[in-house]
Amino acid sequence: MTFSDQFESRFAEMLSHYPTKRSVLVPTLLYAQDEVGYLSQEVIAELAQRLDLTELEVRNVISYYSMLTTKPRGKYNLQVCTNISCMLRGAEEIFDWCRQRLDIDHKGTTADGLFSLEEVECIGACSWAPAMQVNYDFHENLTVEKMDTILDEYKNRGMQ
Amino acid sequence: MAELVSHPDEVKIVSKRFGRGATGIDRYLELDGYKAVQKALGMQPDGIINEVKNSGLRGRGGAGFNTGMKWSFVPKQSPKPKYVLCNGDESEPGTCKDRLIFEHDPHAVIEGVVIAGIAVGSHTGYIYIRGEYRYLSNIMQQAIKDAYARGFLGKNIFGSGYDFDVYWHGGAGAYEVGEESALMESLEGKRGIPRIRPPFPAVVGLWGGPTVINNAETLASVPHIILGGAEWYASLGPAKNGGTRLFCLSGHLNRPGVYELPMGYNLKKMIHEVGGGIPDGQNLKAVVPGGSSTPVLSADEIDVAMDFDSMMKAGSMLGSGGVVVLDETTCMVKFALRTIKFYQHESCGWCIPCREGTDWLKKTLTRFHAGGGLKKDIDNMYYLSENMLGRTFCPLGDAAAMPTMAFIKKFRKEFEDHLEGRPCPFEKEGAVEQLPVMA
Amino acid sequence: MADVNITVDGKKVTAPAGTLLIEACKSVGIEVPSFCYYPGLSLQGACRMCLVKIEKIPKLQTACTTVISEGMTVTTTSDEVRQARKSMVELLLGNHPLDCPVCDAGGECELQDMTFAYGAAESKYMEAKNHKDEQQWSPVVYFDRPRCILCYRCVRVCGEGMDVWALGVQNRGVVSIIAPNKEDHLECEECGMCIDICPVGALTSGAYRYKTRPWEMKHVGTICTHCGDGCKTTLGVRRSDTGMEIVRGDNRDKSGINGDFLCIKGRYAFDFADSAERLNQPLIRKEGRLTPSTWEEAFELVGKHFAEIRDKEGGQAIGVIGSNRTTNEENYLLSKFARVVLKTNNLDHHRTADFPAFVAALTGKLDITASMRDVFNAPAILLIGNNPTDQHPLLGWQIRNNVRLHRARLYVINTLPIKLRRQAANFTQIPAGTEGKVAAFLAGQDSVAEALASESTSRENWIALRDKLRGEQNLIIIFGSEIRGNDIEVLVKFGSAIPGAKFVCLGDYANSRGAADMGLYPDLLPGYHRVADNGKFHREWGGIPTTPGLNLPQMVDAAKAGKLQALYVVGSNPIGRFGIDPFAFSKSFVVVQDMFLTETALMADVVLPAANAYEKSGTFTNTCDDLQLIKKAGEVTDTKTDFEMIVRIADAMGFDVRKLVHFGGGGTRADMGQSRGAQSGEADQHGVWLEAHGLEPKMSPFDPMAILDEIQRLVPGYDVSRMNLLAGNDQHTNLAGSGPSTLHNPELIVPANDGLFSSGTLGRYSRTLNSVIENRHREPAETEVAAD
Ligand SMILES: Cc1cc2nc3c(=O)[nH]c(=O)nc-3n(C[C@H](O)[C@H](O)[C@H](O)COP(=O)(O)O)c2cc1C
Ligand code: SF4
Ligand code: SF4
Ligand code: SF4
Ligand code: SF4
Ligand code: FES
Ligand code: FES
Repeated sequence: MTFSDQFESRFAEMLSHYPTKRSVLVPTLLYAQDEVGYLSQEVIAELAQRLDLTELEVRNVISYYSMLTTKPRGKYNLQVCTNISCMLRGAEEIFDWCRQRLDIDHKGTTADGLFSLEEVECIGACSWAPAMQVNYDFHENLTVEKMDTILDEYKNRGMQ
Repeated sequence: MAELVSHPDEVKIVSKRFGRGATGIDRYLELDGYKAVQKALGMQPDGIINEVKNSGLRGRGGAGFNTGMKWSFVPKQSPKPKYVLCNGDESEPGTCKDRLIFEHDPHAVIEGVVIAGIAVGSHTGYIYIRGEYRYLSNIMQQAIKDAYARGFLGKNIFGSGYDFDVYWHGGAGAYEVGEESALMESLEGKRGIPRIRPPFPAVVGLWGGPTVINNAETLASVPHIILGGAEWYASLGPAKNGGTRLFCLSGHLNRPGVYELPMGYNLKKMIHEVGGGIPDGQNLKAVVPGGSSTPVLSADEIDVAMDFDSMMKAGSMLGSGGVVVLDETTCMVKFALRTIKFYQHESCGWCIPCREGTDWLKKTLTRFHAGGGLKKDIDNMYYLSENMLGRTFCPLGDAAAMPTMAFIKKFRKEFEDHLEGRPCPFEKEGAVEQLPVMA
Repeated sequence: MADVNITVDGKKVTAPAGTLLIEACKSVGIEVPSFCYYPGLSLQGACRMCLVKIEKIPKLQTACTTVISEGMTVTTTSDEVRQARKSMVELLLGNHPLDCPVCDAGGECELQDMTFAYGAAESKYMEAKNHKDEQQWSPVVYFDRPRCILCYRCVRVCGEGMDVWALGVQNRGVVSIIAPNKEDHLECEECGMCIDICPVGALTSGAYRYKTRPWEMKHVGTICTHCGDGCKTTLGVRRSDTGMEIVRGDNRDKSGINGDFLCIKGRYAFDFADSAERLNQPLIRKEGRLTPSTWEEAFELVGKHFAEIRDKEGGQAIGVIGSNRTTNEENYLLSKFARVVLKTNNLDHHRTADFPAFVAALTGKLDITASMRDVFNAPAILLIGNNPTDQHPLLGWQIRNNVRLHRARLYVINTLPIKLRRQAANFTQIPAGTEGKVAAFLAGQDSVAEALASESTSRENWIALRDKLRGEQNLIIIFGSEIRGNDIEVLVKFGSAIPGAKFVCLGDYANSRGAADMGLYPDLLPGYHRVADNGKFHREWGGIPTTPGLNLPQMVDAAKAGKLQALYVVGSNPIGRFGIDPFAFSKSFVVVQDMFLTETALMADVVLPAANAYEKSGTFTNTCDDLQLIKKAGEVTDTKTDFEMIVRIADAMGFDVRKLVHFGGGGTRADMGQSRGAQSGEADQHGVWLEAHGLEPKMSPFDPMAILDEIQRLVPGYDVSRMNLLAGNDQHTNLAGSGPSTLHNPELIVPANDGLFSSGTLGRYSRTLNSVIENRHREPAETEVAAD
């Protein structure tokens, strides 16, 4: 299985940062997921082999971390925080609005594969609540009106 | 990205370079950057430790342990390499301060890591940043690269003969990984299950070597202490609670944001003056003073000094600096449910009381909030939390139990208002799917 | 280590420094409840059942992770502690399905026990329970998540104990779940250790599930019949249509040399015993076809033919092939029967190790063989050849866990990268067939160093390895059948120079050691006495022919030449095993005693249905010379023990069986029947026959204990404590006083090459082993998947 050159050079560099190989596992899984879209059987087998781990160990680690997934997701993953600070400032409305607009539920993906939706725990934007991340990008002080614009933008970007 | 605010009462130390372009190494140098580490290289390790100890700097991660004291537990001689580990997993609900440090002042964290390393005789540091903070990881990786390029990191730093390496490490979504021993497991490429203690990380940590673990804000404060001196830093706050800290004001406030205030700053003032008070003419109902794990304070309990010891006396904790403000329109049952839902989701599952207790509490609160509650559920929930408290494998169980007990104790009336099929008094009709009352 | 004094519930307790509080409490009879703690496995602190109060520490502490320290004062009975335990059980039961009435573990469940002892009377839980369907992970392993309490014992025993690492934990929080290594199924050694160690009924075995309830079984402690390691096992048996059926095997009481260890064969492969293909009536060849007959008819026919041939052609016209799976008593009896009744030395068995050469090399050396227990405790082990993980699972377990728990240094020299290299401080791979050269080099013959040196192991490496080994003390040297003949003497010479060194010679099958010790050789009597040397056996037995007889291949040649007129095969399948031409014996009168219609039985003239080792009493000697008692557990009606059949044939030949088996007085240390408890079911049956023959019914000629008396009296090294033996303890025999023995042709040694899932004939008839093998074949191999 092949990864991008960037992935490979980062992987090689990271291996030199630790006394044990497996230490690179968690960040490497996330970078691999960013490239492939999800942690496929192929990715799991490849990383297990590179890091002298069993596939079981790799799977056990993957399933522990909430950002990692073994199933494909939409191109844009909307991660709406509904934790306390965001909840106090209307996060539930934002989340419900997303559900309706995209017609998917928590962890669902739209039929066109463009969007996925996830209700997530605090993402460190409490003072700028309510907030969400689309993939890694933060969107803060959200309102339903703002959401409309944001989603349209992604939609346009995704269509190109 | 996140917008910056300010207030005249602020004492900007950790935040002094925020918004001033200090991610660039040249700008950082102009703003007194990397002076502290050079000074530290000329000091005795014990001298550094004493300076930090005397400054009264206490851990900004939540537990508030004296940082210098923690460093002093690291054995001088060790057959295994020693490590410094910066905890940037920041995931405690209500907390968003480390994010600003990484965004605006990454070199300060690096500098703090190196100074801690010199103090304990370590030559390797790791900066662990939560996976969601990808853009901050990119900033940090660039900062580390720049520091290496200048010879501030690597072999023979600043020509001192001392070697020190700093590496970035990333998480992938797990609150529990912020717990120090789970953090080490995660860094070693494993599931974030805490370790048995003792031994403590200062003695047996990463790959078996002695390891100093500090929060990002704690470490970012260290260079300022080295430059400004212990006495100056200690004098900023009350006894044994030196310096300033970043308070993350969130919730029902007119001016939410991250403010750097001296330790011991009055909470009431913080809410009404710094945070601009409650919007829409509403009244204050309650405050969660230090992140979701800290017991809630009711409106009449907020005339307290925000330092570790005063908050303890007030029956809560200073915690991670996340001040979450609730106005009178907030349903405390729902708030308690959202809090426990978080702990249920984030419990690592290792030990029975936390794994089963958080799930049980979540289920009961869900039913309760949906009108299916019985009177005995209130006592049951209290009983459950009481039995989790102090008996779990790591403090996450306590972090779930303590606030639950406080919600029930201080807002019992609101729980009672939900009983026997009555709809939530704070919700619009039909907003919550009603559950039948069980016999 | 220095002792530490603590106080628990007012009691003074003294224990060595480093002792865990939970163990210190146990030592004075104070029970601290635990789920996740398991002696010998890593500490978890996960279940929180063992919380106790330690003075001066505000929070309750886990006794399973606390190391005692001087002056510690502990309370295990306060209200606070009691409440903590009660609430842990309450929390566990919250999501538990409470399906005890149908659960396999019901009655033996630690959660049930804890609930009874520490739990609350009523449940506060009224939420919906998390459900998940039961999964089958392999032919032997089933998993039921709702019953699992996440104590992680299974994960640890599989990883730490077995070094298989087939189980892990998937997800986090309340949806955490034990997961098998292949997502929805297991690919592992199928040892069932995980099932055995599970405190509840979350892991259950395909062999036992839903078959019976624990209290409906009778339990018999005996020894596994499969490999040469001699694991102790407790068999759960219950009545069935055809006798007594064995439904479960485990060693939960941890008695014996194996602790709680059993491999798949010991744990599940007793099922060959109730195979539908078991023979259960004698067969006689009539008009070319094997036809059912009565026992009397069969014995009469055999007796008549054997006596005629002996009397007409002499004993040398008769050959006898013995078994590696019959008891010591049966082997001894067969050896005696061949010599004094058939008058022949044409006696052999399937040799899987060169025990005669080993004994010859050890002559006069005291205490120089290691017991199976020693292997777990030795500070250093050298393993040459063999692959214990497959061929000697218990030995592998002992070595592996000795390294893990006692930090023993393991040196492995093998032609293949065997799994135990993972525990080895030093692993040296050598070309096939050079084991003998290794022995020579170790013994100081430097000239072979060049021949051994390779890319991976230079001459210097070899010298360094030898120096390290020479520097060891109490080293145990274990070698497989690759080392034979003179090479054994050379290796023993090397080892004897190391202070305290001991040896283990590895043989296959449950009693190959016993077969050798009891003299199933053409030239050796029990105790490795040469037939040619007039000695105590000649005096006691009388009339032993003194010229060595034919070995197995020679018997085949003799049969082909028409010189071997009769062949008596007891529990062996030479035609199947050695690929002998089935018509080789067509001119001979062939009698076969076996459980199944093997290739050899198929061409026999008389086939006698035999009981197996789970169906009789006696003793076995394992490959480490540990003598152990086997007890009758199962029963298939209309089979007979080989012991009884030999005696009956002797009787049918007109031989005075009193001279064969000294039963009923005769000045021997007779066992007064206490050991015959397990045989008592057959008493009536025997009584009839005994009476008809005018014999004393109190003590029968079918009593193996009478022969054990003789063995203990005459076979060197077997004079162990009878009391201990009968109590079920292993007794290490000592070969030092054995006869001078002989060196044989090493090519007669043919290793069984049984792996984890095979066990010669027994394995062929085991449903469990077959289903595991079939299951494996169905799956594409891992490499094939990864190929594209
Ligand atoms: C469940 C849990 C989560 C935690 N999360 C964090 C975190 O995200 N960041 C942090 O700095 N400390 C966190 N801590 C505290 C750390 O365990 C540790 O005390 C801290 O990193 C030490 O640094 P300090 O002394 O500088 O505060 C957490 C603790 C617990 C029990
Ligand atoms: S309290 Fe127990 S289950 Fe909860 S996070 Fe800590 S170790 Fe895991
Ligand atoms: S049967 Fe044995 S090897 Fe297989 S999973 Fe269980 S313990 Fe591991
Ligand atoms: S399956 Fe059994 S042994 Fe394994 S964790 Fe669950 S309860 Fe423990
Ligand atoms: S190791 Fe040998 S004796 Fe033990 S259970 Fe397995 S086959 Fe039987
Ligand atoms: S609570 Fe939503 S970002 Fe912190
Ligand atoms: S037995 Fe001590 S925590 Fe499980």
